[in-house]
Amino acid sequence: MYKYDPIDQQIVNERVAQYRDQTRRYLAGELTDEEYRPLRLQNGLYIQRHAPMLRIAVPYGLISSKQMRKLGDIAKKYDRGYGHFSTRQNLQLNWPKLEDTPDILAELATVEMHAIQTSGNCIRNITTDQFAGIAPDEIIDPRAIAEIMRQWSTFHPEFALLPRKFKIAVSGTEKDRAIVQAHDIGLEFFKDAQEQMAIKVWVGGGLGRTPILGTVIREHLEWQHVLSYCEAVIRVYNIHGRRDNAYKARIKILVKALGIEEFKRQVEEEWAHLKDGPLTITQNELDRVAKYFEPMPYKTLPAHDASFDAAVASNPAFAAWVKRCVQPHRVPGYRAVTLSLKPHGKAPGDITSEQMHVVADLADAYSFGELRSSHEQNLILADVQVSDLFAVWEKARAAGLATPNIGLLTDIICCPGGDFCSLANAKSIPIAEAIQMQFDNLDYLYEIGDLELNISGCMNACGHHHVGHIGILGVDKDGSEWYQVTVGGKQGNDASIGSVIGPSFSAEEMPGVVQRLIEVYVRERQDEERFIDTVRRLGVAPFKAHVYAEKETA
Amino acid sequence: MSQLIQLAADGQASIVADAWTRVVPPAAGEESVRKQAGKVVLFKLTGEQTYTAEQIANTEIPATGKILVPLTIWQARKAELQSRLAAGELGIILATNETAEALQAEFPDLNTLPLIAVFVERFADGRIFTLGNWLRTRFGFKNELRAIGDVLRDQLFFHKRAGFNSFLIRADRSAEDALASLNDFSQPYQGGVADVPVWRRVNRA
Repeated sequence: MYKYDPIDQQIVNERVAQYRDQTRRYLAGELTDEEYRPLRLQNGLYIQRHAPMLRIAVPYGLISSKQMRKLGDIAKKYDRGYGHFSTRQNLQLNWPKLEDTPDILAELATVEMHAIQTSGNCIRNITTDQFAGIAPDEIIDPRAIAEIMRQWSTFHPEFALLPRKFKIAVSGTEKDRAIVQAHDIGLEFFKDAQEQMAIKVWVGGGLGRTPILGTVIREHLEWQHVLSYCEAVIRVYNIHGRRDNAYKARIKILVKALGIEEFKRQVEEEWAHLKDGPLTITQNELDRVAKYFEPMPYKTLPAHDASFDAAVASNPAFAAWVKRCVQPHRVPGYRAVTLSLKPHGKAPGDITSEQMHVVADLADAYSFGELRSSHEQNLILADVQVSDLFAVWEKARAAGLATPNIGLLTDIICCPGGDFCSLANAKSIPIAEAIQMQFDNLDYLYEIGDLELNISGCMNACGHHHVGHIGILGVDKDGSEWYQVTVGGKQGNDASIGSVIGPSFSAEEMPGVVQRLIEVYVRERQDEERFIDTVRRLGVAPFKAHVYAEKETA
Repeated sequence: MSQLIQLAADGQASIVADAWTRVVPPAAGEESVRKQAGKVVLFKLTGEQTYTAEQIANTEIPATGKILVPLTIWQARKAELQSRLAAGELGIILATNETAEALQAEFPDLNTLPLIAVFVERFADGRIFTLGNWLRTRFGFKNELRAIGDVLRDQLFFHKRAGFNSFLIRADRSAEDALASLNDFSQPYQGGVADVPVWRRVNRA
């Protein structure tokens, strides 16, 4: 993974000093709440219901064992001994003290970490596929460009105060796992006819209050121009994006208002001035950064391991875990392991300090000392030898990190919701926990098969509910918490936004509602059809009919 | 004490006396406060009117000395301001909802102006950075480029890198304190108006 040189280190050190002084001035009354707000936000600090929340950047989801231990120690020293992995692959602390945040940042800086631009109206953490570099279907490893873009976007002097937040995702695989279509800019890397690295550029996607999938603004962009092109896009947005209404300020609204053709015309006009200028990435710089993402020193291994095969054959619990939590790897004899942060009945994405140390130890022992976080809020050991899988499983299971539910109904994506977040209309974690307990039967979960259930506590959609096969959105009706249900959302190349099935439900009704949606699926599915396939084939009507029929007779 | 910070050609910052008098139109007769979803609208959109005809007509312009005049005032009353321009006593204020193109339509060679100021009504309005960048790189403006309005020390580093070389700190804040923020970072990653990306600036290998 990328390692800081003295320039990177100086920037985070100077940031700590800058932020320490800003916080000092705020606490001394020299800065108003309104003036301090964008400053703290651009350092990941929210003022929440109970305490501030600090969001720590995990650039494109890559984290070392050393960093993970430091996060565990910070969570113990400054918080309540746990953290929460978010859908932007970052780590959130729910209970730090505002006065402590400069010290936390100083500790993070010692392990090449920061909280820069994890919130606020600026370019946010760039996200990607958690299997980048090892996925069998990967065409281009996008991480070097992602790192170059991270540096470019860090304290960008022109884009420090955009109309609204700006999210970029990169992906270099056949099967999109980074939801590039749901981002302000989505960069899809591919090899063009000349075998050169090229990028398909999507713009104007986003979830939130007005969910819109992105549109292709450029089919083919040479990688050298990715910074100048993004700069042109964001410049047009910075000038013309709405600032009078925060709900209409995302770039997607501007793209819709102008139409993609006119928006593209303005971008191309701007780009003509920037193209081939100093922003053009040199081969030298790409090579410098790319060397940090070279393949690990893999051993030459046989594709099969007899002891592993025997363990799968004789141990059903291990076999179930292998089926759900072990993913393919491009190198023979290696696999990726997803450590589930979704044990039934616990807040999705939460991890204790002790668990952080366990996963760091696992990474050191079995996976070259590195981990990844996924936007599905799990952790990944990307490079595990097949012969080590049983040992990894035993240790992960002992630490509560081996629930064999990856990709199943209980692998719920969920925002912190009304328990923590001051923006939320409704709680989300208790809903996730109740659904997990309703389906706390692995055989039944396997019978249901692949299903993505996403929950957001408000229309800001941190829980990506619009692209869940089943999406749940917390809404406020006359001061009480209700939940609106969508079906048919999907992430990936054929992404779609879910359709609302009807009037919303109370919290108590939710496990039953999900149960009834599943009943329709089990009744109607054909052959190997997944839940999403059945919804796409039949539409919303039969689901709606069953859910509300039950409701009326109840 | 002056509120004006100026960068010398060598980048050295100092607090200097302000030789320019800002021409401010009188308040509008009836300020219409727009609301959306119960929230007061805080930002003018691009192209939105800055001053009413009545405000422009009633604006008092000092008869002597260097004057800093809003673009809309110039557009409406340029006949009486021509001599000031010729004497090098005229600077123009561009609001963040106005465009650099509109300014250039009035002054095909922007360098006939000794001073352009960009007025930012609220510090969170990041259009000022793009405007600064454009004026320097696209429109080739070489003279004094000043940030005025809700100008606070925590944005100064960005203002500087976006091409501004003078900063009128908001009246209730110390310009002296603000000087420190101009040097928050010693080696920024990306290029600015006056420099190239770090990987073109230094050898990082």
